Amino acid sequence: MIAVVDYGASNVPSVLRGLRAVQADAAVTADPETVRRAPRVVVPGVGNFAPAMRRLVAAGLADAVREVARSGRPVLGICLGLQLLLESSDEAPGVPGLGLLAGRVRRFATDLPVPHVGWAKVTLTERGRAHAALRRAFPGGDAFFYHVHSYRPDGVEPAADLADAEYGAPFATIVGRDAVLGVQFHPEKSQAAGLALLEGFAGWAP
Amino acid sequence: MLARRLIPCLDVAGGRVVKGVRFQELRDAGDPAEQAARYDAEGADELVFLDIGASHEERGTTLDMVSRVADTLFIPFTVGGGIRSVADARAVLRAGADKVAVNTAAVRDPSLVTRLADEFGRQCVVAAVDAKDREEGRGNPKGLPGGRGEGWEVMVRGGREPTGLEAVDWAGRLASLGAGEILLTSMDADGTQNGYDLPLTGAVARAVRIPVIASGGAGTLEHLAAALAVGAHGVLAATLFHYRGTTLREARAFLAGRGFPVRP
Repeated sequence: MIAVVDYGASNVPSVLRGLRAVQADAAVTADPETVRRAPRVVVPGVGNFAPAMRRLVAAGLADAVREVARSGRPVLGICLGLQLLLESSDEAPGVPGLGLLAGRVRRFATDLPVPHVGWAKVTLTERGRAHAALRRAFPGGDAFFYHVHSYRPDGVEPAADLADAEYGAPFATIVGRDAVLGVQFHPEKSQAAGLALLEGFAGWAP
Repeated sequence: MLARRLIPCLDVAGGRVVKGVRFQELRDAGDPAEQAARYDAEGADELVFLDIGASHEERGTTLDMVSRVADTLFIPFTVGGGIRSVADARAVLRAGADKVAVNTAAVRDPSLVTRLADEFGRQCVVAAVDAKDREEGRGNPKGLPGGRGEGWEVMVRGGREPTGLEAVDWAGRLASLGAGEILLTSMDADGTQNGYDLPLTGAVARAVRIPVIASGGAGTLEHLAAALAVGAHGVLAATLFHYRGTTLREARAFLAGRGFPVRP
């Protein structure tokens, strides 16, 4: 069963609907013990870094997700859920993230309107092309995904940058290392490509 | 690079899809969840549901429809019509919508736009503007306060009530209040299939830095291209996709051929 971590993020029902649409066995849970024992975990997210991180820590969910990742079981962070996997965020100075991936979260520095909202072309890096969880969603090496965000990953290790999009400048929109994977966009709102990515994660054996 | 968006619109009343001309003469056009699933399969970029019969008695029907739509739809969708408060918006978002559209309630109380943006993020807040041309012979309402005989006036309550607000100014105000995008409908063009109001669309797109979705009047693929060419970020259409047999695939191929970035 895939545990979808419920810490109050508003896209939890959509993520669950997406996973069920690809026949994944998934359930929403706020119980840290259930998360700790889960064979794979999804951390959804919409909103602000600091309150989300505080809720994860207070509920014991932060440690549970870390334990799942450290034991090599797959973890997928979506949107804010990806940002929480990193070390810190400009949105919340002094609030540490889960620290499962190296890198921090920075606000877009661009003249373009922020938030960045819409369907953006996502192109796999060489590392991304070799990633088993991503192949299904990228039959041609790039695909369009629905993004809604004001902040984006920065300073990730080159080996962990799996796919890039562009908004004013290129940014990493899929980040991952070992069994940890994060996507800045919303696969649950990205139609066939998004569902293919969720299916790829559900069947991924890193 | 952001793709320009193709957005089928479903007007709903009493949990059914309906379509009228110039906001009148409604006829039944099917089940919302079935229509949504069809558009999703065709590759629509987003969907908009406007509950044009929205009344407090019907809120339950609407929320049930939103929930059924969310079960089958894996693209973002907006719900508008009858949303008067943060609590109304929360109910619609909890039922599965991604964005809410406000129109009449924002004119009555502009602070609603800010409160919605603070609560749910501005990407969640679509400000719908229904505009009517003030030019003589093109629907200029008589005896308008502040009417200049030029420009466009904001109408509310499904187009029945003039407000005296200038549409371009009002769109700018909505953006500064916290709207994430403007859904701009020409009341004169709506349902006519004679094309979007391009001067209106261009004027609003130049006035705001948030995305503008053109609505009202699309009858051909050329009309879609024309609205994008004057600065719309997305094009909304109902009749074109419901009754004219035009598919979203054809529309995308046509727009790509014109050099607009669209999803393949």
